Amino acid sequence: MTSVLEARALGKRYGRRWALRDCTVDVPAGHVVGLVGPNGAGKTTLLKLAGGQLEPTAGDITVLGGRPGATPAQLARVGFVAQDTPVYAGLTVADHLRLGERLNPRWDADVARERVARLGLGPGQRAGRLSGGQRAQLALTLGLAKRPELLILDEPVAALDPLARREFLQGLMEAVAEHEFSVLLSSHLVSDLERICDYLIVLVDSHVRVAGETERLLATHHRLTGPRRDPGRLPADQHVVSASHTDRQSTYVVRTDAPIHDPAWTVSRLSLEDLVLAHMDGPPAESRRAALEVQR
Amino acid sequence: MIWLTWRQFRGSAVMTAALLVVLTAVLTLTGPDLASRYATGIASCTQDDSCARFYDRFFDEYQLPFLAVSLVVLLLPALVGLFWGAPLIARELEAGTHLLVWNQSVTRGRWLAVKLGLIGLTAAAATCLCGLVVTWWSGPLDKSAFPELAVMAPLVFGARGIAPMGYAAFAFVLGVTVGMLVRRTLPAMALTLAAFAAIQLAMPLLVRPHLIPPVTSTFEISEANVSGIGIQGDTGSAHVVLGPAVPGHAGAWALSSDLLDPSGRVIAGRGEEGPVKVSTTSGPCAPAAGPPNMGACLAEVSRLGYRQRATYHPLDRFWPFQWIETGIYALLTAGLTGFCFWWIRRRLS
Repeated sequence: MTSVLEARALGKRYGRRWALRDCTVDVPAGHVVGLVGPNGAGKTTLLKLAGGQLEPTAGDITVLGGRPGATPAQLARVGFVAQDTPVYAGLTVADHLRLGERLNPRWDADVARERVARLGLGPGQRAGRLSGGQRAQLALTLGLAKRPELLILDEPVAALDPLARREFLQGLMEAVAEHEFSVLLSSHLVSDLERICDYLIVLVDSHVRVAGETERLLATHHRLTGPRRDPGRLPADQHVVSASHTDRQSTYVVRTDAPIHDPAWTVSRLSLEDLVLAHMDGPPAESRRAALEVQR
Repeated sequence: MIWLTWRQFRGSAVMTAALLVVLTAVLTLTGPDLASRYATGIASCTQDDSCARFYDRFFDEYQLPFLAVSLVVLLLPALVGLFWGAPLIARELEAGTHLLVWNQSVTRGRWLAVKLGLIGLTAAAATCLCGLVVTWWSGPLDKSAFPELAVMAPLVFGARGIAPMGYAAFAFVLGVTVGMLVRRTLPAMALTLAAFAAIQLAMPLLVRPHLIPPVTSTFEISEANVSGIGIQGDTGSAHVVLGPAVPGHAGAWALSSDLLDPSGRVIAGRGEEGPVKVSTTSGPCAPAAGPPNMGACLAEVSRLGYRQRATYHPLDRFWPFQWIETGIYALLTAGLTGFCFWWIRRRLS
């Protein structure tokens, strides 16, 4: 499995505060990868480091085999749509396309023109007058028409209403289907990612709690409900992700490749959101072991 | 990259260019007339030795446009720093658009180089042109101005020659640097203005006098260097007030002008009343002896041994000073530019 992004003990410090510390992560190629985690987990910092917006304080990071942002060629291979999708308020839509054309050697003018026409953006419209959804679409157009090998999007839909959100993600999916590039997308809303991501990374406090293909994650996670039982008495191949107990009853979220035969348990599947929440809540030591397991 | 820089810059560039073209046109049209009026005035005043009065009259007549154009050249660098320099990067950081533009296939070093080069050179060229046109236009007035507004005087020196070009380049890069560090447009503009004003004050007051060692020399007391004389006949006391002029060195920049008594002691600085022990009951300084004759009285004061000791820079140091100062600002500009490149690569997100 080739990687689009590899980070080893990566860290970024602002003054005395570490925004990202000792982060080791591996993002496989050919996927739409969702990066999810609570606020302050270091998602934005990690993505900015990958885009070459920031210089690491510690550790190292390679994106598509090169140092992020080092050369124009490296910049050309990685697209980046920043949080809040900034555009130049004073420039028109046509100016933005021209900007992209002038500054990118691999610029695909047809893709850009066609997308802008399909979105109904007037070339003479000032970007400052666009709605939030249109602005995000314009920023995405710039990112797509650059024809990157990896497109990084940092919370691109966080500020959009549900309809604009769906249109944005749909546009992204269509482009991925057509041009086949890798996508790394962050969000703190699992529902957004569920729709489009086929690979998920849960990042909590700079560390990967779990990572894997979405379908496989869903297939290997189970919620067990039954009479109260000590976690030590669970089979060795069942890794406890989270546990809660009442006087008589225990509820476990476990991960296992093997089927569960114990008749004492009521076994149910988890939604992706529950799965992510279970990993965010769970004790770090156990889940780190679990994360290693999946990265294998 | 050049296209983008121009696209973002063209609004203010066109407006500034229009204003400068108007200013240049007005000065070019009125300049020859000014010069010919000066030439005829000089030709006629040398015949009856009334040139001092001609200078005063001529300068008085044009004092307002003289001050106005000088002010324009003085303010131009500050405006460049304020409106071109400070917002250049601060506005991008404020709007987040740096994240857009730094992710196109252009390194941010190159982005900064094009921005600094294009706009910085435009600013320097425009200010240089403006400064030279004003220098040419105000030539006759500079020759007629009284010492406080002569070309070597701190206020006027910065509005003449090539120094404004250095100021503008420096102010621009200063604005860019401050904007990059402060990351907010308005505070960056305020801070740039404050820093630039402080440097522009420190330069003539603290640095420029020492760029070349000044000349110190003593001169006889005469009408040329005395700005006032006071005689009280009833108490028998008299005093002399020295002005900033240096006899025989028209247009010199006097750093100090002290009155020395016959023993060589300093008894008064420039503009202060220096008591002189001269007879006010008889001789040329006695008010009773007919209509007062200032020249004769001062000659008497000089004969008693009173002297002016002046520390000054003669007028012929104008261009050496201009070159040295432009060089200093060029070095400061280069230093700040280097810092900008280092900061944008290493520290700025």
